[in-house]
Amino acid sequence: MSSTFVDSAADFDVRDYLRMDMMPHFLCPGCGHGIALRALLWAMHELGIAKDQLAVVSGIGCAGRLSAYIDANTFHVTHGRPLAYATGLALARPDLHVVVITGDGDCLAIGGNHLIHACRRNLKLTCLMLNNEIYGMTGGQVSPTTSETMLTSTTPLGNSEPSFDACALAAAAGAGFVGREVTRHVPRLKELIKAGLAHPGFAFVEVLSDCTEIFGRKNDLGSSPEMMLRQKSDIRPSAYRDSVDTPFRANELPTGILAQTNRPEYGAAYRRAAAAQRASAAAQAGSANAKEDS
Amino acid sequence: MNAVDKALLPRLALRLISGNHACALAAVAAGCRFFAGYPITPSSEIAERLSRLLPEVDGVFVQMEDEIASIAAVIGASMGGVKALTATSGPGFSLKQENIGYAAGAEIPCVIVNVMRGGPSTGMPTRPAQGDIMQSRWGSHGDYPIIVLAPASVREIYSETLRAFDLAETCRTPVVLLYDQVIAQLTETVELVAAEGIRAERKWASGAREAYQPYASDGGAIPAMSRPGAGYRVHTTGLNHAENGFPTQDPETVARNLGRLLGKFEHHRDAIDSWQAIGCEDAEVVIVAIGISARAATRAIELARAGGLRLGLFRPITLWPFPEDALRAAAKHARAVLVPEMNAGQLSLEVERILGSKRVHAIHRYNGEPITPAEIAARAAAVLKEKAT
Repeated sequence: MSSTFVDSAADFDVRDYLRMDMMPHFLCPGCGHGIALRALLWAMHELGIAKDQLAVVSGIGCAGRLSAYIDANTFHVTHGRPLAYATGLALARPDLHVVVITGDGDCLAIGGNHLIHACRRNLKLTCLMLNNEIYGMTGGQVSPTTSETMLTSTTPLGNSEPSFDACALAAAAGAGFVGREVTRHVPRLKELIKAGLAHPGFAFVEVLSDCTEIFGRKNDLGSSPEMMLRQKSDIRPSAYRDSVDTPFRANELPTGILAQTNRPEYGAAYRRAAAAQRASAAAQAGSANAKEDS
Repeated sequence: MNAVDKALLPRLALRLISGNHACALAAVAAGCRFFAGYPITPSSEIAERLSRLLPEVDGVFVQMEDEIASIAAVIGASMGGVKALTATSGPGFSLKQENIGYAAGAEIPCVIVNVMRGGPSTGMPTRPAQGDIMQSRWGSHGDYPIIVLAPASVREIYSETLRAFDLAETCRTPVVLLYDQVIAQLTETVELVAAEGIRAERKWASGAREAYQPYASDGGAIPAMSRPGAGYRVHTTGLNHAENGFPTQDPETVARNLGRLLGKFEHHRDAIDSWQAIGCEDAEVVIVAIGISARAATRAIELARAGGLRLGLFRPITLWPFPEDALRAAAKHARAVLVPEMNAGQLSLEVERILGSKRVHAIHRYNGEPITPAEIAARAAAVLKEKAT
């Protein structure tokens, strides 16, 4: 069965990876989250990850609801905590591919502590943060990535808080893999997620999505295609703009793989150390027995 | 002998250990292979012990970034099929409540130790209290069922920790082990038992994927869980859900599924309920107490009986659901009931609910000092005197 999407590979049909009986989905017209979901499933398909071996853990918010549509082992957990749930799941079941789907509020506000420590710990997980600059589910309140001066239902005077550069944050906290892409470039997004899924440690992927219905309407940003065309220039993390090291270049937010290191993966390192301790204890017990025998 | 018992062998038989140490040993014996926690007095010894014990049996210990992450990781590990434990004290127990509600609603087995210290807020970290009796039952929002076990000795911490893991699996629920700082750090003799062959293992789904419903139940049976990777690919959510696991707001479906959840322990009360009754048959005053207060009451009974006053003790070992029929039977002939507890009035509320307030008296203490046997005996005598006048 061939997909209707123009640039997709011939053998990928997104419906093979979706719970089609859950359709129609609840996302608003123009929302970029469906594109991100498609890119994730496409990446999974190309890497040959079986649906049974995929565990998706999602938080609360528009992004959090995506897990219900994926035909995999899916866990829709509490607000801000998907990375913490996923940490337990991935440590208990290293045989599973654990993917976290989270939003900018879920991941950077209520869940910010879990993000920085997941980056530092470097357990094998893929964290897909869909950044639409807004709390969409609750009606359009300001989020940690809402650009300065933008209008939201809780910033009627325009947002006066600086916004996070999530990728800079993740890299500084030690994430082994950090990347960003826009929903406009689906094959590039798919490739980035593939690289993240294949990375043998913690991978943080920020997807610049768009909330046309609430954020776009409030700020008169036009239609979804118009918003998508301006994603790299409209979404301006204050930290990035203000950084001495990375001066804000001509309205373009960098995309692609932004950081990649080969730090030891936490789960494997822990199990290696435990196995070494068991072996040493067994050797000691062995030599003690030998002494008794002699 | 299996690998687990072999690893535990040097630790079997008679040991002189603290309550928290006993909890850690029992967790491993019960099959716990995952612990996530955050340092907090007076429960940290459990984490420290398990950080050494778990790697020996191919388990995982992880110190998380906070209390919320700890319970979340524990639920995550259990969703993966591994028996999991976290341990904390008052402030951390408060922080864990939202996710305890998640585990109750999504029916994910796990065990949470709450060592009670002074409160509210930071309270008195190194002093005992019994102020979390109501929180352990009602701490998370909304209506939900939970099992709370209240051991009163080091030996009982060992046996109740074993039972906590069994009940978590057989009833598919979070189980709270609730004990005070005195019992946690008390050192007593415990006879450790080998766990082989007696521990409950998780009931996994088998059969066709199409026929499997993660929350469907026949006649009060606890629904089987599905192991990730076994082909069932189910959805787990904190939203109100239908039998198939997917969210719903249909009033009938919500009422049916939440109703089943709220009533699910009633079919298993024989396994859940546990209590101790001492001398209640002829007691003029029945004392109802848990933890260190129950230990003091046991001595108070001896003191009082030596002086001719007949006291008895009813001690709920399963605190929630409260063994109310057993309490009614134990207190049937008593002229008065006395509830000594280290808080401003929590257990006494439940006892009044069951027996009516007329006969129920209490000693409420919240200054960090345990209630003494002499105080309990004296108060019991005074209560009887009041009745006589």
